[in-house]
Amino acid sequence: MERVVLIKYGELTTKKGNRKFFVNTLYQNMQKKLKDDRVKISRDLSRMYLSFPEEDLDKILKKLNEIFGIHCYQVAYQISNEIETIQKQALEIMKEKTGTFKVETKRVNKNFPIPSLDFSRQIGGLILKNNSHLTVDVHDPDTTLMIEILDQVAYLYTDKVMGLGGYPVGVQAKGMLMLSGGIDSPVSGYLALKRGIQLEAVYFEAIPHTSLEARNKVITLTKKLTKYTDSMKLHIVPFTEIQEEIYKKCNPEYGITIMRRMMYRITEKLAKRNKALAIINGESIGQVASQTLASMSVINSVINMPVIRPVACFDKLEIIEIAKKIDTYETSILPYEDCCTIFVPKHPVIHPTEKECIWNEEKLDVENLVLKTVENTKTITIREQENNEFQSLL
Amino acid sequence: MIYLDYSATTPVKKEVLETYEKVSLSYIGNPNSLHRLGVESKKLMDAATKQIAELLKVQENEVIFTSSASEANNLALVGVIEKYPNRGRHIITTKLEHSSILECVSYLEKKGYQIDYVNVLENGLVDLEDFQRLLSKDTILVSIHHVNSEVGFCQNISEIGNILKKYPTTIFHVDGTQAVGKIPVSLENVDLYSFSSHKFFGVKGCGCLIKKSQIELEPMIHGGKSQTNYRSGTPALPLMVATAKALRLALTDLDQKYQRVKEFSDILKAEMQKIDGVVINSNENCIPHIVNISVLGIKPETMLHALEEKEIYISTKTACSRDSSNSLTLMALKKDDSISGHSLRISISEITTKEEINSFVENFKICLEKLKF
Repeated sequence: MERVVLIKYGELTTKKGNRKFFVNTLYQNMQKKLKDDRVKISRDLSRMYLSFPEEDLDKILKKLNEIFGIHCYQVAYQISNEIETIQKQALEIMKEKTGTFKVETKRVNKNFPIPSLDFSRQIGGLILKNNSHLTVDVHDPDTTLMIEILDQVAYLYTDKVMGLGGYPVGVQAKGMLMLSGGIDSPVSGYLALKRGIQLEAVYFEAIPHTSLEARNKVITLTKKLTKYTDSMKLHIVPFTEIQEEIYKKCNPEYGITIMRRMMYRITEKLAKRNKALAIINGESIGQVASQTLASMSVINSVINMPVIRPVACFDKLEIIEIAKKIDTYETSILPYEDCCTIFVPKHPVIHPTEKECIWNEEKLDVENLVLKTVENTKTITIREQENNEFQSLL
Repeated sequence: MIYLDYSATTPVKKEVLETYEKVSLSYIGNPNSLHRLGVESKKLMDAATKQIAELLKVQENEVIFTSSASEANNLALVGVIEKYPNRGRHIITTKLEHSSILECVSYLEKKGYQIDYVNVLENGLVDLEDFQRLLSKDTILVSIHHVNSEVGFCQNISEIGNILKKYPTTIFHVDGTQAVGKIPVSLENVDLYSFSSHKFFGVKGCGCLIKKSQIELEPMIHGGKSQTNYRSGTPALPLMVATAKALRLALTDLDQKYQRVKEFSDILKAEMQKIDGVVINSNENCIPHIVNISVLGIKPETMLHALEEKEIYISTKTACSRDSSNSLTLMALKKDDSISGHSLRISISEITTKEEINSFVENFKICLEKLKF
């Protein structure tokens, strides 16, 4: 007797016209995620079926919990649809259970000799006789034993496991994630992925003011996000010259604001080059000086592309909670300097004005700096199963 | 040569040694250095740690590299005792432990801790009723082997862990040195777990302590953060990576390897059974890798050296307890001098062949005939 996983599509089923596209995307994502596993994926209109060797169950469930677009799933026993086999398996499943229960039968195979209700009652009676710790409650049972009788097989299961939900990654166009190494931006990336947005990430570094360790930290964070999206491009922007220019020539109070405006300009260029339609970042309203509404407004004004801020209205603690859940928190709090923490003035401006920004930027060769920096940006691709460089050693 | 002393140590696998060499030559940076070479080494160290964590289904920050399982055992026991001085003063262990546990608890006894040795049933398993009788709120630590090194008894550690759920302040340490790489290991109900890579065809000089994140330890070697905060010293990167590789190789096709060992072990036991004066001490609760026998009337050292002349290598008791006292494990069980004073340990592995087993049996009989008066 083997176990299979039955996957319901959930929110996907509401997308009438696009349903096929959504389901196909989910199917492809699952194939990619499970490509190294001994697993067979089949599907019909309402769900997918995963079969695999029993000992791989834990490994596969762990991976399913990293795929967006799966609303919920069941781990079911797949057995032959003979009455005796079903009875035996039902008893086996309910052997250890206590509390209240009910049995529900779905009979797709109408040749099955016993009507659904009668069969439920019959199996329920059998379970009661064999397990004195159980009583029947048809309205609000602790355990519902589901029996699905199909043409070839029968499925028996009790628990419904909630998946990650959301949409399959790839049903939306691409977004460019600004990844700093802090706590907020990976969480924003995760939330964008959840809505089906494909991601590339951009990271600004100012070597030697920032270290290789800081870059590796961002690579690690990107890798943690690839759990949900197979692979991601990371654009590493050499930001040293721009930062030094700003530091030398601009009003220190406006340093951060101008720096963010430069970052936005570069990100927009990189986004357009890579066919991304939006910028995604981890700005959270009011968290720091550059994230007041006034700051956001003058920073945002230098580009012409939607900026999505998934955690804009979250409290820090709410963001941390997600960061811990997706295992980025411990990496994010590693204490390496990043571009946003070097050259920080004592009193950064909280209510910057457009006029003042423009006046400061007149001292810089903005257009050339941006172009040059974009040209010198290096791109690496980070894959979930990447340990390749060490594979021969490990 | 016929080597049948795999429970003492195993020969290193060629692939593992290659890893050791490559890492030694190519990753020269200290993982804690800030420059590129250090960062590269750190990445490799993290990848090795991650691989071990994944293979054992624990978190990456729960793997502590040590120099040996003995060090891991000492770090586990002393580290816990020193970290939680106010949790209780009672420790439970068994007489069947490795000397690195027994000597360590003796040390703690001198420090004023009360040690109880839980009764072991005649079948080699911990007497769970006695265990529950001994447990109290004052019990800070329980340390029980997963697999006994002399006779091979395999304890039900998950059941013991289950019992301990009722004692949330009691910390459960398991010495898994003879288990890892031989049988499936589940660390679900365990707080601390020790093992060593040279027991599964890894390099010598690298042990591990798995420490669940809810447990804290006081380090024995002070000196700040290394691979972890719990064990200082420049990370021995080649050893760590080689250990990760050895563990992966050991756990690949574990079932098949186990079946193979079982088959040969059964043949060996059946042959030994037929010989007059030989008592088989390993039973159905033992892992097949260890076959412990007693040859009545012949000093075990004499038998060992007689076989040695024929280039066959086995152990009396364990390699770690070479003083001439009786087998403590068998004493604890049978309380019979003629059994415990005459025991030999034959330990086999996945690379043992049928020819080796046959040749061993043949030569064993010849030696026995010669030594009998």
